[in-house]
Parts: sequence; structure tokens; C-alpha cells
Amino acid sequence: MSLDATYTREIPLVEGRTSFKEIDDVIAKPTETKPSIKWFIAIGISSTALLIGAVCLGLTFWYGVGLWGNNQPVGWAFDIINFVFWIGIGHAGTLISAILFLFRQKWRTGIARFAEGMTIFAVMTAGIFPAIHTGRPWLDGYLVPYPNQHGLWVNFTSPLLWDVFAVSTYFTVSFVFWYIGLIPDFATLRDRTTSGIKKAIYTALSLGWRGSNRHWQHYERVYLILAGLSTPLVLSVHTIVSFDFAVSVIPGWHTTIFPPYFVAGAIFSGFGMVSTVLIIVRKVFDMEHIITINTLDKMNKILLATGTMVGYAYAMEFFIAWYSGNPIEQFTFINRAFGPYSWAYWIMFSCNVFFPQLFWFKKIRRNIPITFVLVLLVNVGMWFERYVIIVTSLTRDYLPSSWGMYFPTMYDFGILLGSFGLFFTLVLLFAKTMPVVAMSEVKAVTEGAQPKHKHE
Amino acid sequence: MIGKILKKFDDRFLKSEPRTGDLYAVAALFDTPDEIIHAAEKVSGSGYKRFDVLTPYPVHGMDGAMNLKPSNIGWVGLIAGMSGTSLAFLMIWWMVGVNYPNIFGGKPFFNLPASIPIMFELTVLLSALTLAGSLIAIYMKLPSNANPLMDTEFIKRVTSDKFGIYIEAKDPKFNKDEVEAMFKQLGSSSVSFIHEAVYEVGDTKNPLLNTKFLGALIGSSVITVVITYLVLNVLLFLPPFNWMHYQAKVLPQSESKFFKDGWSMRRPVEGTVARGFIPYEFAGMPDSMVVPTPNPLPVNQKVLDLGKKRYDTYCSPCHGFYGKGDSRLRGQFPVPPTLHSEKVMNWKDANIYHVITNGQNTMPSYASSISRDDRWAIIHYLRVLQRSQNAPDSDLEIK
Repeated sequence: MSLDATYTREIPLVEGRTSFKEIDDVIAKPTETKPSIKWFIAIGISSTALLIGAVCLGLTFWYGVGLWGNNQPVGWAFDIINFVFWIGIGHAGTLISAILFLFRQKWRTGIARFAEGMTIFAVMTAGIFPAIHTGRPWLDGYLVPYPNQHGLWVNFTSPLLWDVFAVSTYFTVSFVFWYIGLIPDFATLRDRTTSGIKKAIYTALSLGWRGSNRHWQHYERVYLILAGLSTPLVLSVHTIVSFDFAVSVIPGWHTTIFPPYFVAGAIFSGFGMVSTVLIIVRKVFDMEHIITINTLDKMNKILLATGTMVGYAYAMEFFIAWYSGNPIEQFTFINRAFGPYSWAYWIMFSCNVFFPQLFWFKKIRRNIPITFVLVLLVNVGMWFERYVIIVTSLTRDYLPSSWGMYFPTMYDFGILLGSFGLFFTLVLLFAKTMPVVAMSEVKAVTEGAQPKHKHE
Repeated sequence: MIGKILKKFDDRFLKSEPRTGDLYAVAALFDTPDEIIHAAEKVSGSGYKRFDVLTPYPVHGMDGAMNLKPSNIGWVGLIAGMSGTSLAFLMIWWMVGVNYPNIFGGKPFFNLPASIPIMFELTVLLSALTLAGSLIAIYMKLPSNANPLMDTEFIKRVTSDKFGIYIEAKDPKFNKDEVEAMFKQLGSSSVSFIHEAVYEVGDTKNPLLNTKFLGALIGSSVITVVITYLVLNVLLFLPPFNWMHYQAKVLPQSESKFFKDGWSMRRPVEGTVARGFIPYEFAGMPDSMVVPTPNPLPVNQKVLDLGKKRYDTYCSPCHGFYGKGDSRLRGQFPVPPTLHSEKVMNWKDANIYHVITNGQNTMPSYASSISRDDRWAIIHYLRVLQRSQNAPDSDLEIK
């Protein structure tokens, strides 16, 4: 056995022999110091985008959804595209925090907290879209089954109602999972801070956590069970989102491949967004040795795997369309690739399938600028995937007499911009006020953190 | 200025003074995980019960070293999850299968496959929330900011980079000097004595009593209340939220702008007869012209109940509940004579019907408000009233 030692040795998760104190110092720094000018520029840009979105939304409330490009035959457009896009972004956070936790992938510790936060913000952003899609969002209370004076109940056989339950459960459980993870770190911040108001806030949030092993014992068990619950939950959420399409009879939507295809796409797009944000954050907050290049390397491998899965789904859709012998289905897919929206299709295909294949090369996986460009392309590609699925199927369905093109308006773009503004504003506020890396988890995986005489 | 006042307040209430209360525990800090595991084994092995190990992260093997039983919180999650499944099942089954059955796509009212997604979601939701809630409140007994360990140098290290162990003074085996010696012998880097805080005004050191924090809490709750009130009571009645309130229809008591005569409803064609309102053949004629026809309704409980209902609604305001002319209108309208007079008692049903339909003296016609059958039912009921209010003594005789 003459294996090269570098293949068998575990790469340290935290670079260098960092002491616990140094970990705390680095991670708590943004919460303890005045933000840099870079941070103010960033939040200025993101809140401007948010404001533009809010104005477009206000105008939409005033004049009605007629301001949008949605019209027969395309009743679902930017609103639903953005909803599916943002929900998908959220999935990576749960994958990193729950599924990789169950698989004992310790490299997740550096990015888990951030990814969980992004999940929550992405689901919040996503939740806006179905609400405004109803046209009169102040009547959305009707989506919930509650005893009312009309004597009505909601339609439990509709995938749109399943969505209501899935998304709200997903948000609640992600939030609980996130908060449970934050308690020990809030306690650390509570015991570090010297400012009275911060002390009060962290005292309230940390609930008097002491790091007692009698607590850790139950805490770890609950964390494990919550990870176990979140794993099927995250798979169910995008499955149910895909049911919104698959349960209908529109050509190109009514297929059984949709649930796995959507879940793979969601994780793919989510990792794209997590990488995008992390590359910036580790630079801005000097966390290069906690969010290491090895972590980014591993994330790029997941991007490669999920991107290839998505590519397989694209190919399989074409194969099944041909194999089914259904001429309408066949037309739909030829129309997607070569019809009036072929530009969108090829943007999607190249960004999601061709470019991520570059991650086969180790040099590219470990090259930050190239990775950054590629993950941005993934974000673009996954947005266009939803555009292609929704718009091409709706513009040309069974009856050629009812075909029509879809043209978004400036309000559609404004609200899309606003959704990015909301997401990044929340991310920036989070990075400023809370520990963006799970201190207690990172400490537990540094070298020498666990007793030597006990084997793992 | 305001800052100075707040500072003064904070100084008064948040003074940090050395704690003078009883000894709560002896605590020791260790530098490495191996040392703390060793110390925990030693302490639990020596028979101490009220001790605890505080670490910045969970240390592997500590449960065994402390001799703790495995956590049973998993059962809480299981039971809560199963309740979620069955509650969701029952909820959907009752709502769409029993209370509000509707046909969607020709499927059964309640169908299981379509209910599975929501059953699954509620399983996860209930399980996760119960787990988190019971973990915090029952298993960890948090929040507990009053613990004497709070705000000591000891806890400031164990939430950051050191490993701590402490033995409470309440432990039956506790002896201050013995414990201190044991910790020193185990190689502790620092041993400290933790005292209970004495709670007196000006001596409490509760970080939650920070004025800025309390101010922010009160401020945000007031703002939330005000905004909620304004949204629910003002905003939703402003445009565009009230646009559904304005519809192209004529409201009661308002003039039609569409028709010249200002009426929004059109008059029916001449000679139209409404259902149940066939014109009365003796309309406008004197009483003597009426050809007595018998009451077409049978006398039974149903008819009498209907008659009572209509009588109480339409007749009793003036005639009184017992027909004695005891008006309920307190003299605002002329009081009619009693219905128990010789004249009315001897009248044929058709005569009473004639009066109701035609009106008499100041009594208007009730033809448009009481239907024909109801009028006949009222007459039956009136006969009951007359009989019951004028009961002869012979009713008391045993037959």
C-alpha cells in the first residue's frame, strides 16, 4: 500500500492552529465594530433596489396587476418565476445545514449558519410573490383554513394549497432550526460585549444559555432530530412547488420527472447563490481561514453534480417527449429549443449545463474569480430555467388560436430588482448583527478540540 | 441631556457590586478537553450529584464521563409528529368530507392521496415546534438569567475558550476546602467561588433592565399596536383597498340617476299579480258586502304556530299579545278596541279576514305585508286567544 499521504489525510477544516479566542474575535468582529464604508455602500445599493421594488409594488396595488405583463395566455409569469427561483435558493441552506449534518460532512460548519440565514431570507422573499400574485394580497387570509362566516373551507385537493402549508412550514422549521443553532453563539456574544443595549439584546436572545453539558446533551439530540425532520421537509417543499405545474395538464408541465428535477435544480441554484454571497462575505469580513478554499472547492463539486443532474433532466424531458409519441408534447420541447423563446432556452442550457462542467478541473474549482463568474452564471441560468418552463409552455399550448407572446413590463423588472434588494438587505443586516459563522460548531471541529483518548 | 438622565438611571439600577450572598458553587476552569473529561470522571466518580460541566461546544464522551442517562427527548418529537399526522388527517377529513363536501374533478369528497402532502407538512411542523419548545422550556429550563453563574468571569470564559466544571454548595457531599483542593489537584488553571447575588434595590444587575433596551421594546410594541390599529381600521377603508366597496348598483334610499322618474326598480306591467298575492275580491267594499267563506286552513299545531308568529309580528304592536288592545306603542298610535268584544267574537272568519286585508278606521290594509295563508293562520290563532282569554268556569269542572 503506497498511497500518497495527501489522499488519505483529512484536510483541516479550519486553517492554521486557530485558538478558540481568535475564532470568537474574527466571527464577532462585525457585530462589535462600526461597519466599514464598503458595508454602507453595499447596503445603500441593496436598499435602493428594495425601494424601487417597493414603489413598483405600491403602484401595482394602486392600479392592479394589469401593470404587469401577465395576460392571456400567460397568466403566470415573473411573479411565479421569482417565487420558484427564490424558494429554490432557500433549499441550499437546508441542504448544507441539515443533510450535510446527517452525512457528517464537517466542512459544512463554516458555511452552515450563513446558508441557513439565506434560507430564511430567500423564503421570506419568495413568500411575497404568491401573495402579490393573488392581486389583492390583503385578502390572502382566505388561503388559511379558518372557521369563517361564509361556512367555506379551502380546497385541500389543490397543489396551490399544499404550497401554502409547505412554504409556511418550511419557513417556520428553518427559523426554529436557525434559532436553536444561534443560542450558544448569542451566549458567547452576551459574555463578550461591553455595550449595555447589546448585552440586553443578547441576554434576551440567549435565554441564559450557559453551555452546560446537561443542556448540550438534549440540545445535540434535538439538533439531530431537527436535521432529520428538515431533510424530508426540504425535499417535500420543492416537490410540492413542482406539483403546482405537474398536477396541471399544460404540455411540458404534466410530467412525472418534475419533483426530482425541481429539487436538483433548487439545490443547484441555492449553492450558486450561497457561493456568490460567501465569496464576497469571506473577503469583506476577513474570514478566509474559516470559510476556506477547501470548502469552496467542495461546494463547487456539489454544483458540478447537481448541474449535471439538471442537464440530465433537460435531456430526459426531450427523450420522454419523443418516446411518449405525444405530438403536442414533442412540439412543446422543439418549440422550447427552437421557437421564439429559444434565446432563453440556450441561456439556461449553457449557464446550467455547459459552464459548470468547467468544475471538473481542480484549478478552476480553486480559482476564486472564475468560480465567482461561474456561480453568477448559475444564478442567471436557474432564473431562466423557470422562465423557460413557465413562459414557453403557456404561450403555446394545445390551441394555436390562443397562442400569444409574453412581454414583461418595467414593473415586472422593478419587482424582480426589489426582491434582490430585499434579500441582500436582509443578508447585510444579518452579517452585521449576528454571528455569521456558527462559533460553537467551528470550535468543535478545530484541531485538538475533542479529547484524544476518546476515539470518534 | 437625555443621555445623561438615562445614564443616571442605569447607574442607579444596574450597579455592579461584588456579590455578598451565600456561596453557590465552587467552579474551576480547565484548558483542554482531555483535562475536563478527566475532571468530570473524577467528580462524578467521587459521588457528587449537583455538579455541571460547561463547555463552549459539546465535548465528545462527556455524557459518559458525567454518568448521564441518554436523552429521551426523541420520544417527544415522535409523539408530537404522530399527533401532527393524525390531526391533519382529521382536520381535512372533517372539513372536506363532512362539513363542506364539494366535488373537485370527480374525486371523492375526502381523498387520501391529496391529503398526504399536508399531513406530512403538519407532522414536521408540530414535531419541530414541540421539540424546540420542550427543549428550551422543559429539558433546559430556560430562560434562566437569574442563575448565579451569570456574569461571572467563570461563565465568560466557558462560553468562549475554556472548559469549566462546578460543584454546587447544596450538594450533600460538598465541602468548600475539599472541592477546592480536588480541583487544584486535577490541574485547574483557576478556581473561583461563586456567590449568590443579593437582591436589593440599587444592587440588582439585570442586563435586561437596560433603559435603551426597555425603551426600544416599549417603543416597538406601541408602534406595532398603532400600526395594527391604523391598518385594520383606517388603511383598509382607503383606496385602493376599498375599491370593492364601490360597485355599479343602486343602494337603498338613494335615487337612480339612470331612470327619469328616479326609481331604480321598474314598476311591473299593469295587471301583474305577484305570487301568493291574488287580489282580494271585496277590496274597498263595506263589511256587509262580504260573502263569508270558511277558513281554508286546517286547525293544527303547525298552522297555529305560524299564526302566533305572524300575529306577534304584525298585530301585537297595537292589539297586544293577548288581543286586549293593550298597545305596546305607549300611546304613540291610537289604541284599538279589544278583540274579545262580543262583536269580534261573533264575527265570521271571513269578516276578520276582510278587516286585515282591507283595513278599518285607522288600521291600514295588511294585504301587502301578510300573505293570504298567513292571514288565515292569524285568524285561527286569534280564535285560540279568544277561547283562552275568556275561559268559562265550566272548564274547571271534572268531566
